[in-house]
Amino acid sequence: MRTFPRHLSRFAAVAALSLMCVAGAAVLPDDRADLFYSTYRGGGMDITGESVLVRKKFSEQFAVEGNYFIDKVSGASIDVLSQASVIKDQRNQKSLSVDYIHDKTQYNLSYTDSTERDYISNTTHVSLSQDMFGDLTTVSLGFTLSRDKVGENNGTANKPDVAWLGHATSRSFEGGLSQIITKNLIAGMTLEVITDQGLLSNPYRSIRYSVDPSVNPLGYALGSQIYPNTHTSTAVETRAKYYLPYRAAASISYRYFSDTWGIRASTIELDYTHPIANKWIFEGRVRHYSQNSATFYSDLFPFAGSQNFVARDQNLAASTNNTFDGKVTWAFAPDGFLIFKRATASFDVSRIQFKYSDFRNIKYYNNTPGGGGYQPGSEPLYAFDAMVYQVYLSMFF
Amino acid sequence: MRVLSKKLVIIGAGLLLGACSIQPWVKPYERDRLADPIMSWDRDAISGAYMDHIYESREGSRGATGTAGGGCGCN
Repeated sequence: MRTFPRHLSRFAAVAALSLMCVAGAAVLPDDRADLFYSTYRGGGMDITGESVLVRKKFSEQFAVEGNYFIDKVSGASIDVLSQASVIKDQRNQKSLSVDYIHDKTQYNLSYTDSTERDYISNTTHVSLSQDMFGDLTTVSLGFTLSRDKVGENNGTANKPDVAWLGHATSRSFEGGLSQIITKNLIAGMTLEVITDQGLLSNPYRSIRYSVDPSVNPLGYALGSQIYPNTHTSTAVETRAKYYLPYRAAASISYRYFSDTWGIRASTIELDYTHPIANKWIFEGRVRHYSQNSATFYSDLFPFAGSQNFVARDQNLAASTNNTFDGKVTWAFAPDGFLIFKRATASFDVSRIQFKYSDFRNIKYYNNTPGGGGYQPGSEPLYAFDAMVYQVYLSMFF
Repeated sequence: MRVLSKKLVIIGAGLLLGACSIQPWVKPYERDRLADPIMSWDRDAISGAYMDHIYESREGSRGATGTAGGGCGCN
């Protein structure tokens, strides 16, 4: 049983590459080693993440970074109710990144390999960034290529039987601009265009369509999703961060997204960072997200074969979510120890509230407290809360 | 029409020449606050990428999450 929703491996790989891509302007960041542990619990899923990252400069111009990430998933999501068996799987992701600086230009080359039982993704990323105008402005350009192999586990969690269904290729083009506005204010903008081609649907998610109760007493039946085999999306984000009159920072960002499947989405995020002496940093973050549904999405199609493309993947449904996040970082060795210049420990907790506007919770079908029955298409809308805990240790040397 | 084109050329040339002679209005010695770690866009890269990963696997949107470099060590 594939561990993750469709595209997750690819997104994970891109995210991993993003974290390793061009960093500071013509100055490489400090050497560091990180140990990371996280848990995600929500929507019937339990996911733990373990990661180790090591970054080392070999000169002032050249640095190498390696990252290893393991995701372990277990549980029974809403999809289980419609088709799949109980999920239990693991994803291993390995990344290697090289940074090189020449004068005011920084180059990055990264490669990530992500492997699950039924999904393999290989991602290559190149980028460069250039400082200009007295180092007030940094312009960056990046390109990412992902090649994925998509499978479906027709066996069980403990006895897999994977059938490889096809391939998907993704190309991402990214441009960024960062600008120092005043001695207290910095702003930035990023534009990213991504094109996908190949098998883009999640084989573990199904559509449902109405049938006559005389054919099926449920009044509905399940069928395979059919997606277009191409997809192009554009996202643009603007952001600004301000150093407050006392030692603290506030930031705001807004992202607009649109794609060829008819999805339009907005994300707004506010952050506040407040250090106390050189020992503690407290952070609070609020994020709001909303999207409409894809043009070929429906919770309940009127009949089988009612249109060319059909989807009932909750990722393509109209939805909103809100995140409330708190984080504390403790510099437990500000003056260093052994070979380390300093070390910090961080604890981060987030609550994410997901609400769907046209994705219904079919577990309530025909199961009302009063003994009556929700008919197909009238079940309560799906919603769930997720808790995310992260603990990590960062050592700088 | 020709007058308009001429004006555009003059304005364009002015902008280009202006760009050549841009002096940093925030001097390097005035950037201590911007260099404070609390002004970093993403101090903890693993954590930031992990949260992006959570969102992108549950939302229909993706990309442009602000990790594409930046001046002043602003990633």
